[in-house]
Amino acid sequence: MSESKKSNGPRGKVTINSELCKGCGFCIEFCPADVLDFSNTFNAKGYHPPRAARPENCTGCDLCGIYCPDFAIFGVLIKAVA
Amino acid sequence: MEPTNPVVDYLRMDRIPHIWCPGCGLGTVVNCFVRAIHSCGIERDLISVVSGIGCTGRMAGYLRLDSFHTTHGRPIPFATGLKLANPKLKVIVCSGDGDLFSIGGNHFIHAARRNTDMTVICVNNFTYGMTGGQVTPTTPIEAVASTTPYGNSEEPFNLPHLAESAGAVYVARWTTFHVRQAIKAMKEAVQKSGFSFVEIISPCPTLYGRRNKLGDGLEMMRAFKEKSKVKNGADTREVGLDFKGDIICGKFINRERTTFLERYNTRMAARLGAAYKPYEGVL
Amino acid sequence: MKADPKGVMTGAHFLDGDHACCEGALSAGCRFVAGYPITPSTEVVERIAARFPMVGGIFIQMEDEIASSIAIQGAVWAGAKAMTVTSGPGFSLMMEHIGLAVMLETPCVFVNVQRGGPSTGLPTLPGQADMMQARWGSHGDYEIIALCPNSPQECYDLTIKAFNLAETYRVPVMLMMDECVGHMTEKVVIPDAGEIDIVERRFTTAKRGEYLPYETYGDWVPPMVKSGDGHYFHMTGLTHDERGYPVMNAEAQEKCVHRIVNKIKENADDIILLREADTEDADVVVVSYGITSRVALKAISMAQAEGIKVGHLRLITAWPFPETRIRQLADQGKALVMPELNYGQMYLELQRVVEGRTRSHLVPHGGGTVHDPEVIFRKIKEAVQ
Repeated sequence: MSESKKSNGPRGKVTINSELCKGCGFCIEFCPADVLDFSNTFNAKGYHPPRAARPENCTGCDLCGIYCPDFAIFGVLIKAVA
Repeated sequence: MEPTNPVVDYLRMDRIPHIWCPGCGLGTVVNCFVRAIHSCGIERDLISVVSGIGCTGRMAGYLRLDSFHTTHGRPIPFATGLKLANPKLKVIVCSGDGDLFSIGGNHFIHAARRNTDMTVICVNNFTYGMTGGQVTPTTPIEAVASTTPYGNSEEPFNLPHLAESAGAVYVARWTTFHVRQAIKAMKEAVQKSGFSFVEIISPCPTLYGRRNKLGDGLEMMRAFKEKSKVKNGADTREVGLDFKGDIICGKFINRERTTFLERYNTRMAARLGAAYKPYEGVL
Repeated sequence: MKADPKGVMTGAHFLDGDHACCEGALSAGCRFVAGYPITPSTEVVERIAARFPMVGGIFIQMEDEIASSIAIQGAVWAGAKAMTVTSGPGFSLMMEHIGLAVMLETPCVFVNVQRGGPSTGLPTLPGQADMMQARWGSHGDYEIIALCPNSPQECYDLTIKAFNLAETYRVPVMLMMDECVGHMTEKVVIPDAGEIDIVERRFTTAKRGEYLPYETYGDWVPPMVKSGDGHYFHMTGLTHDERGYPVMNAEAQEKCVHRIVNKIKENADDIILLREADTEDADVVVVSYGITSRVALKAISMAQAEGIKVGHLRLITAWPFPETRIRQLADQGKALVMPELNYGQMYLELQRVVEGRTRSHLVPHGGGTVHDPEVIFRKIKEAVQ
């Protein structure tokens, strides 16, 4: 992601429910802003859930939420949170 | 205020996590479905979801809507009864390729022929997942299934062409990679009056992908991305699927036909005159 | 609650049993029928197709009997009273959905105008050989109710009764007609709507979000809802808990099956309808149902003319089997004779019930016509010796 976008601050925020994750990686692969990576930790089922490695890039588009087959992640616009 | 996942309000969260495998596309289809009905402008109380049997058959059971998990292959006639008894309901059938097109194939073509006002969403993963990966009427030639260990030799159905030929007024196909387009298609389908059909190609990594060396769910999704070609308005005769060929996606059909009930009421009124009160449900 | 006059064709009519069944459905408040043509039941749906549009109902001819038998259940869950109509081959196709109706506890009516079988058999001629199929034809363990009219008048009366029982116990009710009764034309008296008792569906009073589809609150039968009421309820043919959610374990299975079976068994006395004549001081009692009960009357009068003390027990309710009354008769030492248009179906039940208590005799018949009364008469004479 470009520095200029970063300087505007993140536009969105992802929320992750690690325990629902089954580690398919859809969210990481298809995040258009490259926000997510697998985390090193395991959840109780033994999967590596995603983590927001580059939260500053998040646009709150919620594609992660639409892709996630396990309802374990979603994104929102920060202005919607506020 | 903590943000909440917008899909949660439409799920029976006391039943989550669901039974579907890691990398299965069904949860993605649920996400698309929920967003479609949330934005379609139809009163939630009037939406009734009917599923058959199988992995996709479990879809109804996870949705916090009036929902029916019926018998194998028969969600469409159940939905026909619901709709005709109360035409105010928006009846949506969500089921799999084996359920809708093998054991239930006859019901599909007749509901399309009548133009019964309902939406059918077929999650096509090319296999019977729940029973261990047997061949279905959509399994491509060559593909290995547990009951075609040497590869499938039967010609599969081209579902959009079948739907169009039988009379569907709206026909679209997308994959679980195309989530935005799938949401839009489902929304248009439920808003459409008459028999509408949306096919969603979805990965079954556990039983179809693994056996056919297509990789895990993510690899199958990447293949959907790479091999799909969007051709809105394509001739449905040209959109049949090969084992590893292109996946033609798009909105293929959007046309007008008089619905079953409209035609029924018109006919009765023409014949019975003023004595006939247009049928609007049994209640 | 009384019948809606709109559907009630009050007066004396000359109707066959099939047409009388249609009128019974209308009087009962049935406004949705799905069916598929099959001899000798077709006249029921032909009349329905003509009559229903005039009274705010709808008939749909589905693509097959499988579709018909589940379309009616969709209609019920949208609030309708609904039935389907068929004969043997179609009844075979409907079996899975009898199981679904049992499992979802969908109140609905299945009419089977029985013909000779097996397979395509004798489409235009009578049989009574679907009696065990009505009871056991779907997989799994369950109870249903089956009624056997022996006249067009009873085709009318018992169709209403079938709907009332279906609503009371939330169970599929079979109206087991036969070709003779279906095609026999007789006087049928349809009363004023105000004289016809109708059992209305019992809907939940639970608030939104609080409805549990299979919570019976100590009763045998849970209250219902209909789609569109905002309860967001779930129905599944899988074994389920009070919430209607699938539960895959033996405990849930036991609870589910126990109530499905016992809501009928425990109420058998209220469900069962019998007709008796001359049983008090009889030495022999002829037990019969449907068209055979009318043939039996001739044999009984022949025997009585010879001074034999013979009575008649007619099973209007075949299922649940009226075992209490039959056991009483057996314990009084009366020999039992059972003619039926099959090779011993209800007779198996009779034998089970009276085993070791009295003698019982089957008068079998392959179907295609009714018994020669002479044959039943001879069996009565044999039984009295």
